[in-house]
Amino acid sequence: MFARVQHDDFSQQTLYDELCVNAVPQGAGAIVTFTGLVRDFNAKGGIQGIELEYYPGMTESALDTLLQQATSRFDIVEAGIIHRVGKLANHAQIVWVGTASQHREQAFLAATFIMDTLKQSVPIWKKEWQGNQASWVAAKADDSTAAMRWLQSDKDNTCDNA
Amino acid sequence: MVTVKFFAQVRELAGAEGVDAPLPHPATVGALREQLMSQSTSFEDALSGNVLMAHNQTLCNGDTEIAVGDEVAFFPPVTGG
Repeated sequence: MFARVQHDDFSQQTLYDELCVNAVPQGAGAIVTFTGLVRDFNAKGGIQGIELEYYPGMTESALDTLLQQATSRFDIVEAGIIHRVGKLANHAQIVWVGTASQHREQAFLAATFIMDTLKQSVPIWKKEWQGNQASWVAAKADDSTAAMRWLQSDKDNTCDNA
Repeated sequence: MVTVKFFAQVRELAGAEGVDAPLPHPATVGALREQLMSQSTSFEDALSGNVLMAHNQTLCNGDTEIAVGDEVAFFPPVTGG
């Protein structure tokens, strides 16, 4: 498993290859990857790039914890997360998540879980530039709902087991 | 002393990246937050409302106990991804 916070851009091929190093010998039959890009608009119109702030130390350990949670929750053999910080132009790559499993369903679910939970629990903050004004992005209720869904499915599992 | 760190809007409103604060009584994250808020109007603005708290780099709540040398951070709800 690997999790990194970095300023530099990343190559999807390089990360895919890195995931395969451990995934293939463990019998992976499915690899799912997700890449998030900087949108060029928000609710108020066009934007001119974003800036991401993080909490050195805590952000990395939160990403590690997230990978451990995904591994204990889903039947995956390998996973990785890369999150960029600093100033990013429109359309730039921000985040990459890769998961590997024997069959595709667990890899898809684990990737969705990682992204939903990342948006709620990993200390990273986004600022958007409009003209020469920058404003902090407010946390979205949608993101809370997406993360809550996983808590709810924990509850459902507990009920099933009871 | 306790090392206090601020991030994002909280950092901008506070006008500081952090501060060293004496251990509050009771020694909890919530009491530290109140102590800081009474210190200046900018800290009051920064720390009122929906602010998340971390104790030694783990999310916590106001009841979390703290000791000398600990690190406490205050920041807004996260918006990464």
